[in-house]
Amino acid sequence: MPKITYIEHNGKNHTIEVANGLSVMEGAVQNNIPGIDADCGGSMACATCHVYVKEDWFNKLPKKEDGEEDMLDMAFEPKKNSRLSCQIMVSDELDGLEVNLPEKQV
Amino acid sequence: MIKTDALIIGAGPTGLFTAHQLKLIGLDCIIVDNLDKIGGQCIELYPDKPIYDIPAIPECTGEELTNNLINQLKPFNIKFHLSERVDEVKKNNSNWEVKTNKGTKFSTPNVIIAGGVGSFEPRKFSPKECEKFENKSILYSVKDKTIFKGKTVSIFGGGDSALDWAIELSKNSNVNLIHRRDEFRGAQHSVDKVHELNKNGKINLLTKFQLKMVNGTDKLESIEIESDDKEIKKLETDYILGFFGLIMQLGPIAEWGLNIDKKTVAVDTEKFETNQKGIYAVGDICTYPGKLKLILSGFHEGALAARACFKLARPNEKYRFEFTTSSKTIKNRLGVKE
Repeated sequence: MPKITYIEHNGKNHTIEVANGLSVMEGAVQNNIPGIDADCGGSMACATCHVYVKEDWFNKLPKKEDGEEDMLDMAFEPKKNSRLSCQIMVSDELDGLEVNLPEKQV
Repeated sequence: MIKTDALIIGAGPTGLFTAHQLKLIGLDCIIVDNLDKIGGQCIELYPDKPIYDIPAIPECTGEELTNNLINQLKPFNIKFHLSERVDEVKKNNSNWEVKTNKGTKFSTPNVIIAGGVGSFEPRKFSPKECEKFENKSILYSVKDKTIFKGKTVSIFGGGDSALDWAIELSKNSNVNLIHRRDEFRGAQHSVDKVHELNKNGKINLLTKFQLKMVNGTDKLESIEIESDDKEIKKLETDYILGFFGLIMQLGPIAEWGLNIDKKTVAVDTEKFETNQKGIYAVGDICTYPGKLKLILSGFHEGALAARACFKLARPNEKYRFEFTTSSKTIKNRLGVKE
């Protein structure tokens, strides 16, 4: 299974195996990783699963769909490399992905 | 003090159907919701998104579902307290005394929390210094637009609220409109209007900037905004308006002595009662082994909680199970003829 690393705002690392087909958000929620709220449960309606993706990985990910950028307007401190983790689907190509979590989600 | 058999917190689909179930078995109820409209997440987050798993409704939008639930409540006269958030729930003998942020007080044996993921609150600016100016010179909604006359107002956001207020206030105020990217998600004609006003010098449009810092001791004096490339601009301003939509916060529910784990309230699956007698939780906000966060589960949970309410609201009567197809009493309550 692909390994995904979640880095909390305080620097704490969590590397876990996430099954293909789950979203990066689901991987975090199912493994009780703090810092991803996912209030709306993955329907791209709340911007509380916001993550920063390191630049080299950011460019490798499938592009954002319509609506994700709109939701990111509402995220806490969005940056150029912001994504909603519910929209990043885990696959073998993402093995080793690292995402940084913002200071908070709201 | 308003007396009622049951107070429902939350006017989403679960709260609405729970009200229906209460009325059907002859109890009265009141619904309180922090939003200014009925429908909860269905109306606030996804009014246009189709839902495919409501029993017997192959497809409907959040708005259609809400309208149907409101229609289903039509035979009953249900009192809504919208734009009010329940702040306090306190025990007084066998009743609960409930107080909202507007000072409305209720007394009831039954409180049903159908609060989804919590109450909707405006998303706020991140710099900590913003807090001391909040509700004075930093606002997240406009109640009285005359206060901005002749002043400099810095508006943040990229949706319709930000665009509409920038256009409106540009008539009598100096307006800075600041947004984190070039594209806006608001209506195209508003976007065009803003660009036109920017060209004519009526609106100072600054894109790819976000709020970095607010300055001022007693009174807000200026703000610093920062671009993606770390360019910083200082703007003198009297008011800041932030329009970043709404976020759901558990809020005061956390302080009512309930068993809360990860923003959900633990309940039993017979009455959907919490650890406090007479306080129930239904819909997305409750949790129990096997819980599914589906609208249909909320309907079931509300129906059972309503029956539990009967015992506390009518301690001297016996609840009798009846079908809507055959019960004369229920048909009377619904106002349908035999």
